[in-house]
Amino acid sequence: MSEFLFLYRGGEGGRSPEVAQQTMQKWMTWMKELGAQGHIKDQGHPLERAGKLVKGQKRVVTDGPFAEAKDIVGGYTLIQAKDLSQATELSLGCPIFEFGGSVEVRPIMQLSM
Amino acid sequence: MELEEHLFRREAGRITAALTRLFGMHNLALAEDVVQDAFCRALEVWKFRGVPENPAAWLMATAKNRALDVLRRERTARTYAPELGRLLESEWTLVPAIQEVFSPAAIKDDELRMMFSCCHPRLAEESQIALILHILCGFSVDEVAGAFVSGHAAMEKRITRAKKVLAESKRLFEIADSQDFSARLPAVQRALYLLFNEGYHGASPESAVRAELCQEAMRLTKILLGHRLAATPATHALTALMHLHAARLPSRLDTSGNLSSFFEQDRSRWDAKLIAEGQELLNLAATGPELSEYHVEAGIAAMHATAPTAEKTDWRTIVSFYDTLLSIRPSPVVALNRAIAVAELEGPERGLQELRVIEGRERLLSYPFYSAAFGELELRRGKRKVARKHFEAALLLARSPMERQFLQKRMAACEGEDSTAPIPQDRVGKVEAH
Repeated sequence: MSEFLFLYRGGEGGRSPEVAQQTMQKWMTWMKELGAQGHIKDQGHPLERAGKLVKGQKRVVTDGPFAEAKDIVGGYTLIQAKDLSQATELSLGCPIFEFGGSVEVRPIMQLSM
Repeated sequence: MELEEHLFRREAGRITAALTRLFGMHNLALAEDVVQDAFCRALEVWKFRGVPENPAAWLMATAKNRALDVLRRERTARTYAPELGRLLESEWTLVPAIQEVFSPAAIKDDELRMMFSCCHPRLAEESQIALILHILCGFSVDEVAGAFVSGHAAMEKRITRAKKVLAESKRLFEIADSQDFSARLPAVQRALYLLFNEGYHGASPESAVRAELCQEAMRLTKILLGHRLAATPATHALTALMHLHAARLPSRLDTSGNLSSFFEQDRSRWDAKLIAEGQELLNLAATGPELSEYHVEAGIAAMHATAPTAEKTDWRTIVSFYDTLLSIRPSPVVALNRAIAVAELEGPERGLQELRVIEGRERLLSYPFYSAAFGELELRRGKRKVARKHFEAALLLARSPMERQFLQKRMAACEGEDSTAPIPQDRVGKVEAH
């Protein structure tokens, strides 16, 4: 088993309360399913959209990250899967795609000697 | 944990009402932004962390904190609720004032205030209902448009205009003034009645949407019933009427999901509990001298709900109720229903006579069930070809696939030669026209 990070980007806002509720049900169903199959190492956290960006030799601090809404990372989950192709397969069921969002699947680097 | 159905939608209405009291009616858009924000947060957090123990309280608390932020940040930039203004100016009184606004009892009153605000005399009834659905029931503009089978752009325009009228008044309707309250109560009752009817008889092809409109109308009417000044005999009668109609909702569609004629409905599928509650409410409505249209309509609904079969219905009493209803609130649709009842009592020829002399019948010409009523009565007296023509005309006016299918079935029933003998098995295909 290897570990992967799902980074969720975009796919938020602009929906009616009814659609928001349905979306949330879908997320919870999807997460529950992944959990039941033993693929969730850490359910992860949502991230606030605004924070600080610290950059360069001079450690310039600005309000950030100032990316476009669709590019902002909104949260992450730590996933366990056989390999990258299985991890990618697992991401396909994520409800984020219905609202123009994306999932970035990144293998955690192995520390084997 | 599973969420209660439509929880977000209902809480959105509740929180918007509370926030509008805090921010003032002219800041309705700000209130809506705060609500939107609270729901975004809920969505983000809950999908990772699961639904909290008390989701409604979580949403309310999130909106409350966000409101505090807004008030602190923009205290000088905007003027908020005129009646709370001073309290919101000082940090000492700000928090307690907000606690009070968000207490459960206060929120119930805020929903009532918003309901009365939406029924502004300068707004057309259609706009009032659209506003109620949008603000108090948490329907998006698209969802309201879907419920009324209207285009998005047209509905957006309607709602935007209506909100402008609301904003002019700055504050929510004051329910403590009993004179103003009683003066506007009939408009509120009427709006809730029309909302229910839109669900019960409306053109939306989705039965789920229609059932939701009925449920929302019943939920809001319950809030009316819970308020001392609003719980009049007419409000009781209105609630009774909704219960008695809602009891029949499950049987309006047959097992294959098609509209079924009132006369063919499987009465064992009528909801006995709702009927009993409706009758109880109707008893409570029978105090005082007031006889509203809701009393009479509930009376008619109760006659139907308690009759063992269509044949064993007391049509004589029903016709007399329709006579009363016509004198209180004359309308071609009421006259159409009366004509159908007359046909039951005195035969199809008499029914046809009544149909032909309905006052204002030109307003029924676009309504499929006016032509359909002619069709049914002609069919009943054996005039199959004439009947077929009427159903054909009705079919052109059908507003949904369900209505179309129903009318096609009635057309199929007209096949064959004209007979002089009446056709007893064919009943008037009354799809509970209203």
